[in-house]
Amino acid sequence: MVSEPQPDSVSVMRLFATQLRREIQSTARSPEEVINPLIFLFLAITLFALSIGGGAEDLRERAPGIIWVLVLLANMLSLESLFRRDYDDGTLEQMLLLAQPVFVPILAKIVAQWCMSGLAMTLLAPLAALILYLPTSELPVLLLTLLLGTPALSLFGAVGAALTVGLRRGGVLLALLILPLYVPVLIFGAGAVTEHMVGVGVDAQIYWLLAITMLALTVAPFAVQAALRISVEQ
Amino acid sequence: MLLKVADLACQRDGRELFAALAFEVGEGECLEVRGPNGSGKSTLLRCIAGLFADYAGSVETGRYLYLGHKLGLNGLLTAEQNLKWYQGLVGAAGSVSEALASVGMAGYERVSCQNMSAGQQRRIGLARMLIAQAPLWLLDEPLTALDSAGHELIATLIEAHLGRRGAVLCATHQNLQVAGSRTLELGT
Repeated sequence: MVSEPQPDSVSVMRLFATQLRREIQSTARSPEEVINPLIFLFLAITLFALSIGGGAEDLRERAPGIIWVLVLLANMLSLESLFRRDYDDGTLEQMLLLAQPVFVPILAKIVAQWCMSGLAMTLLAPLAALILYLPTSELPVLLLTLLLGTPALSLFGAVGAALTVGLRRGGVLLALLILPLYVPVLIFGAGAVTEHMVGVGVDAQIYWLLAITMLALTVAPFAVQAALRISVEQ
Repeated sequence: MLLKVADLACQRDGRELFAALAFEVGEGECLEVRGPNGSGKSTLLRCIAGLFADYAGSVETGRYLYLGHKLGLNGLLTAEQNLKWYQGLVGAAGSVSEALASVGMAGYERVSCQNMSAGQQRRIGLARMLIAQAPLWLLDEPLTALDSAGHELIATLIEAHLGRRGAVLCATHQNLQVAGSRTLELGT
């Protein structure tokens, strides 16, 4: 006879896995929530490629900035829906009431969101670089900065999403809240690629990105938890 | 004592909903919260559930299940996926299919919740009561959208829970038809 696990002692791993499975199932049912921001990214990059005149040389110089800004905006698009559905259907209430500790399923949600936005965009970045004539020699730096920087975007963004989820039209407010938080990531991310193009060492920027992401990882889940409580208790 | 409320007072938008509210719900007891619309039934339950913090007084409670107006079901997911998630969250074991069968929804495991009627979704929500294994049930208008068979189902589920030495606090407009339940009137 196998003894039943006590309801009070849910292992952290089971909690994380439970939430992650739910995110995957939910995304499988509505893949457009993942695909649309990616399509936006490539449409916008194409628009830049079409509108900036002057040929490959001009485009190449601006490519790091363009890619980073658009990754940032596309990421924000997918953040709007991070907690929206859970808030509307009441699963957020249940999550806040029942999960012990609450930050574990929250972190699982953010990890899932990053995999479907930041990670997906990192993997597609070579294509974006191709459209903007970025030389392949710059690809490793671009991919590394995106890989290290995008988790911070998702983590900071989740705080904004949690604060605005109770508002019916939170979209613009979300942008106003989190875009300032994105600035350091943008500066170090785009800066690293640009400087690498002119042959300057970029170790410092890489370490900064790593530090920002680590800081976000330590602080954001708890900030999101507090923000969700405020949103639900209204 | 599974629920002890003392000197509870709550205001919303400057309007006093209730003040100096005190009651206890012990093992095997069912307390129905009655009152007109806007008398604070839902707010009282949310205060007790910890979903509304702006109150004065004290609330003592152990583990509980909260079933509110929002059912906590993701419409994209199937009944089974929703309930499995809930099980993982509370760390409960047991069969999801059996819980669905007990609320009259056997065979709906693989159906997306958004393709169900309001009453059927309610029943899936009720299945949570059986999965949670919580001693105290906080139910906010559980009869909403249910047919008369559903009303009987709720009475049966509550009576079985009381028989297991559980306790129920239920906000409702209609008669629960649970034998021996007490009533708390709000807004009088």
